[in-house]
Parts: sequence; structure tokens; C-alpha cells
Amino acid sequence: MSSLLLPLLGGALIGLSASLLLLFNGRIAGISGIAGGLFGGMKGERGWRLAFLGGLVGGGLLLRVVWPETLGTSHAPGSGWLVAAGLLVGVGTRLGNGCTSGHGVCGLARGSRRSFVATLTFMATGALTVFFVRHVLGSAG
Amino acid sequence: MKAIVSAGLVGVLFALGLGLGGMTHPEKVLGFLDVMGRWDPSLALVMGGALGVHALFLRWSRRWKAPVLAARFASPSHSRVDGSLVTGAALFGVGWGLVGYCPGPAFVALATGEQDVLMFALSMLAGMLLFRFWTRFRASVGGSPDAPRPDCAQ
Repeated sequence: MSSLLLPLLGGALIGLSASLLLLFNGRIAGISGIAGGLFGGMKGERGWRLAFLGGLVGGGLLLRVVWPETLGTSHAPGSGWLVAAGLLVGVGTRLGNGCTSGHGVCGLARGSRRSFVATLTFMATGALTVFFVRHVLGSAG
Repeated sequence: MKAIVSAGLVGVLFALGLGLGGMTHPEKVLGFLDVMGRWDPSLALVMGGALGVHALFLRWSRRWKAPVLAARFASPSHSRVDGSLVTGAALFGVGWGLVGYCPGPAFVALATGEQDVLMFALSMLAGMLLFRFWTRFRASVGGSPDAPRPDCAQ
């Protein structure tokens, strides 16, 4: 049962958080937008962004103490792989103005056509990448 | 000050949601994207749960004129589906599929202290910074008004 309940509960918490950020701060809970805005150089914009991202790390520390099984590790084959993936995520989310949270949750909930297209696109290229790595490269090696 | 505290607390709650949902397990995320292999559909429930709650909230919040701790609601500044949106989302998906971290879980997983996450997160921030330099450079050489504004969330 928990295999169904936990993801739903986790999702509900994410939806609640996005709602609270909008209700109290008037902001859209898109993580890449919040992080990318750190480099915008606008006055009075850094504080809440750093607080939110710090909260994410703080929540991670809390999870590490009370429920460490929720934190998994990557099985990336090497540091070049991690750097390439990080750069792609960083540039891609800024160019496309959003990530899983901004487009996939906030945008879709709002009924945004842009977010619908973006979500379909990153799901598709994500699935293609995993297919290539696991079933083409994987079976070749 | 209140707005900063509120953002921090919401960040903690968001992290708990990601953790309970399984988004902070890169292997689980890759299993969700592995539609041609042993597909793990549970992350669709995370998205469903998040979407359901947030969509209900958005309906209810229409009567609100302003947020509690800020002057106005931020609104997305774009409305057109364009090449930047699709190219950016496509690149993001490839990076997501390579390691299994999207931006939110990457920040949460920094708490593990693992070198892999740190390297991913720093590269991601470097990518965002590079993008910022690039848009600035384009603007300085008379770039088009369509260039994505770096200050909007979506």
C-alpha cells in the first residue's frame, strides 16, 4: 500500500508547498527559476531565493536524520557524466524557463500550454536518454 | 523578513514532499523514465498528487488579490510556445535522463554530502550562470527582444 500512498502523499506535499509559496510570497515554485534568479542581480531578490534553496537543503538534512532511506545516491559512471548532465540541466532549464516543478507541476496546474509542451518534451528526451544509455549502450557493453 | 522565513519554511516542506515521493532517489527517477524497460510508474503518482492539490488551490485562490507577504503575484511573462522553450526543455530532459536529478531533488540531496551530488549541483549552477552571461552578451550585441528574460520563473 505504501508504494502507492507515499508517492501520492509526497506529491500532495509538493503541491501544498507550491500553493503556500504562491499564497504567502506570491511566487511560482519553479526550482530552476528560483535558483537561476540568483544570478539576475536584481535588488531584494536574493534573500527569499536563498532562503527557499536553503530550506530544500535543510529539509534534506531533516530527512537524512529521520528517514535516511528516502535519499538515494546516483550511479553515474564518472565525474564527466555528472558535469555534462548538470550543465545540460542548468542551461536547459533556463533556456526553457522551467523544470519538473515549474512546468511539470505549477505550469500544468495553471493550464499553461507552454508548460504542457515543455513537460512532454523533457519527459520524451529523458525517456529517450535512459533508453539509449540502458538499452543501447548498456547492451553493447 | 517574514517573506524570507516563509520561503525557507516552504523550502523545507517542499524537500519533505520530494523525499517522501521518491524523487530524491536517482535510480527511481531513471526507472520512471525507463518506459522501454522495467518501468516504475510510481513517480506519476507524485506528479498527480502535486498537480491535484495545486490545481485545487489555484481555483480557490482566484478570489485573492495579493499574496500575504508580498505586493503582488508574480505572473509568467511568456505565453508563446517557441524554439527556446522546446530546445531548453529537450536539453534539460537529456541531462535529467543521464543522472536522474532535476533541480529540486539535487538541492535536497546535497544534504547527503555525496561528492556526486555536489558535482552535479555545481555544474547545474554553472550552466545557469553561463546562460545568464550568454543572454547578456546577446542583449549587448543587439539581441532580439525574444531572448528569454532571466528573471522570470517560467
